[in-house]
Amino acid sequence: MLKTFSIGGIHPAENKLSAESAIQVLPIPQMVSIPISQHIGAPATPIVKKGDEVKVGQLIAKSSGFVSANIHSSVSGTVFKVDEIMDASGFRRTSVIINVEGDEWLEHIDRSEELVKEISASKEEIIKRVGDAGIVGLGGATFPAHVKLSVPPGKTAEVLIINAVECEPYLTSDHRIMLEKGDEVLVGTQILMKALEVNKAIIGIENNKPDAIAHLTKLAANYNGIEICPLKTQYPQGGEKQLISATIKREVPSGALPIEVGAVVQNVGTAYAVYEAVQKNKPLIERVATITGKSLKNPSNWMFRIGTPVKDIIEAAGGMPEDTGKIVGGGPMMGKALSSIDVPLTKGSSGLLLLPREETARKATKACIRCGKCVSVCPMGLEPYLLMVCADKKDYERLEKDAVMDCIECGSCSYTCPANRPLLDYIRLGKGKVGQIMRARK
Amino acid sequence: MSIIAITILALCAIGVTAAIILYFVAQKFKVYEDPRIDEVEEALPAANCGGCGYPGCRGFAEALVKADDISNFNCPVGGAAVMSHVGALLGHEIKAADPTVAVVRCNGTCENRPKTNQYDGAASCSIAASLYSGETGCQYGCLGLGECVEACNFDAMYMDEETGLPVIIEDKCVSCGACVKACPNNIIELRKKGPKSRRIFVSCVNKDKGAVAKKACNVACIGCRKCEKECPFDAITVENNLAYIDYNKCKLCRKCVVVCPTNAIHELNFPPRKEKPAANPDAKTVKPVATKAEVQDAPKAEPKANDSKDETSDNK
Repeated sequence: MLKTFSIGGIHPAENKLSAESAIQVLPIPQMVSIPISQHIGAPATPIVKKGDEVKVGQLIAKSSGFVSANIHSSVSGTVFKVDEIMDASGFRRTSVIINVEGDEWLEHIDRSEELVKEISASKEEIIKRVGDAGIVGLGGATFPAHVKLSVPPGKTAEVLIINAVECEPYLTSDHRIMLEKGDEVLVGTQILMKALEVNKAIIGIENNKPDAIAHLTKLAANYNGIEICPLKTQYPQGGEKQLISATIKREVPSGALPIEVGAVVQNVGTAYAVYEAVQKNKPLIERVATITGKSLKNPSNWMFRIGTPVKDIIEAAGGMPEDTGKIVGGGPMMGKALSSIDVPLTKGSSGLLLLPREETARKATKACIRCGKCVSVCPMGLEPYLLMVCADKKDYERLEKDAVMDCIECGSCSYTCPANRPLLDYIRLGKGKVGQIMRARK
Repeated sequence: MSIIAITILALCAIGVTAAIILYFVAQKFKVYEDPRIDEVEEALPAANCGGCGYPGCRGFAEALVKADDISNFNCPVGGAAVMSHVGALLGHEIKAADPTVAVVRCNGTCENRPKTNQYDGAASCSIAASLYSGETGCQYGCLGLGECVEACNFDAMYMDEETGLPVIIEDKCVSCGACVKACPNNIIELRKKGPKSRRIFVSCVNKDKGAVAKKACNVACIGCRKCEKECPFDAITVENNLAYIDYNKCKLCRKCVVVCPTNAIHELNFPPRKEKPAANPDAKTVKPVATKAEVQDAPKAEPKANDSKDETSDNK
């Protein structure tokens, strides 16, 4: 029997419409807006000003702390302005807006397609280059990658787990990266292994991607210490703690990080970005995103430059269908609806989902019928129905006691609820409040 | 018969013994409570709203009795009357605190502030605010889901269906501040009620640059500083592209209302402007210089009179 995580989980319709579509390169837009905060942690500090000439790969905003990330120009041209523009959630955030002129790259970036297998950089050099390249977790959480690679003193990493699960329905960008950039991903994995000083890596792939499993298993024979681990298709297997449970059967304690059980998890897209940064000197200036939807003409996967407007990728995929009711940034389970299509694509844009109107309509909320479905699907072993009530009644002490902070916001509870209760909405609210209270206490 | 007599005697004996023990125990473990706490609690309105910052009226009474100086304490529900009564009970001099009232500092009605998207999530302002900036181009304004109305324990608020904004019923508002705490965007403020409930305030909390704010909402404060320059009492400060009127310095001369290019400054409960401000009974607090200036400005102000009247009724 195939491995999967120990408790809870659901299996929504997969709808991987774009799985067969090879990664295409999105044309460079005329203007890009690159937000200075595309990661978890402190926003970067802009180091360019209006009128500056920039080249592809040039640093335009410097990391402003340990948990922060560098931002590089994804195009060449002139800085039009550094101003506040609307982000995907409608708030105004500082961004660097660049008028594109040509496509001139910095000289030290190796743009050839040639595979560089030899890892010459030392452990410290790798972590430094990953940090310099502004690489963040590309699964969608956008946690700066160099922070995860710096194992805290007193702890040791035993195993590197590469998250190639892509458990979100619809999304296929990681799937395509594995098929088209398999060798690069494996070299990237070896680089990460070297940085963490581990000799074992496990790549977890769900068995709804048999071609990727076969392809990587064949390639992995040429690399030392990389094991491909097929997993049963189950959402939210891409959650860090769930993936650790599924692959190495260890449970991360409540409130602890994966390093507590000797594991470090990185996304497969991150492994590819690490390969490019360390072997090719290329900072994180482009990534792959899936644009998909049932009514969309051409569900496909695109390599885009960071800062490209959302509407460009929609145009490239055949334009917005008439019946579009909601545009979701990310997958249907954890993604967030965009409030405008004038916003830029960022490091965290793993996908764009255009949902038809009838699929987005929320059904009327009814009273809880105490069926307990939410409890049985919760992958963290929480009681979502109870947490929702506590959050609504503002009982933050009880919420903290009942481990609301362990919630990974996967949305399995809301998905499964037969009474259509907005469980996750309230739990997320309570989690935010409890987090504030806990930080204030420190 | 004798069984009955023995039973009664035995029970009486147990009763008396227990009573004696209880008496001595009660003497030994007696907790002294200041009798004034009960008196003060009696005097408070028993709304238990927490508007004073203490857990209910009992908690407030305890704090009042314990305090040496109660001039900084205020029961927003009972106001000056209750506080002077409490002061008399405790033997303190009480200066009457200025009564305050909740004010909604957003005028982004459906007309003034067009919607750019549609929210269909859980009907709670806090949830909407934690997810995104709201249904309009203004990320600071009212989200319109009525969490403040839910928080009000005094039926002093309702949502106006036409404007989509909360409305405060002044007569019922006790200024407990529950709505202020409930609003995730902090658009509600407790302001001095003012003489005859006359108030002037900036009905906007948008900190965006002028052009951005104006694009999102017709009546946004654009931070043009005209009011700041016009104000003879230095009551207006503009910070982060947003004007704020200090109600302790404001003398209600209404000059800022006239100069505001976006009508973001509102006046409440004033008589129609045709009546000369000098005739205003409140004018006694206004310095002569200002009065003169106002008279000069009066003709200019006239065309505005109708506008401001409309606003007043909108907001009431």
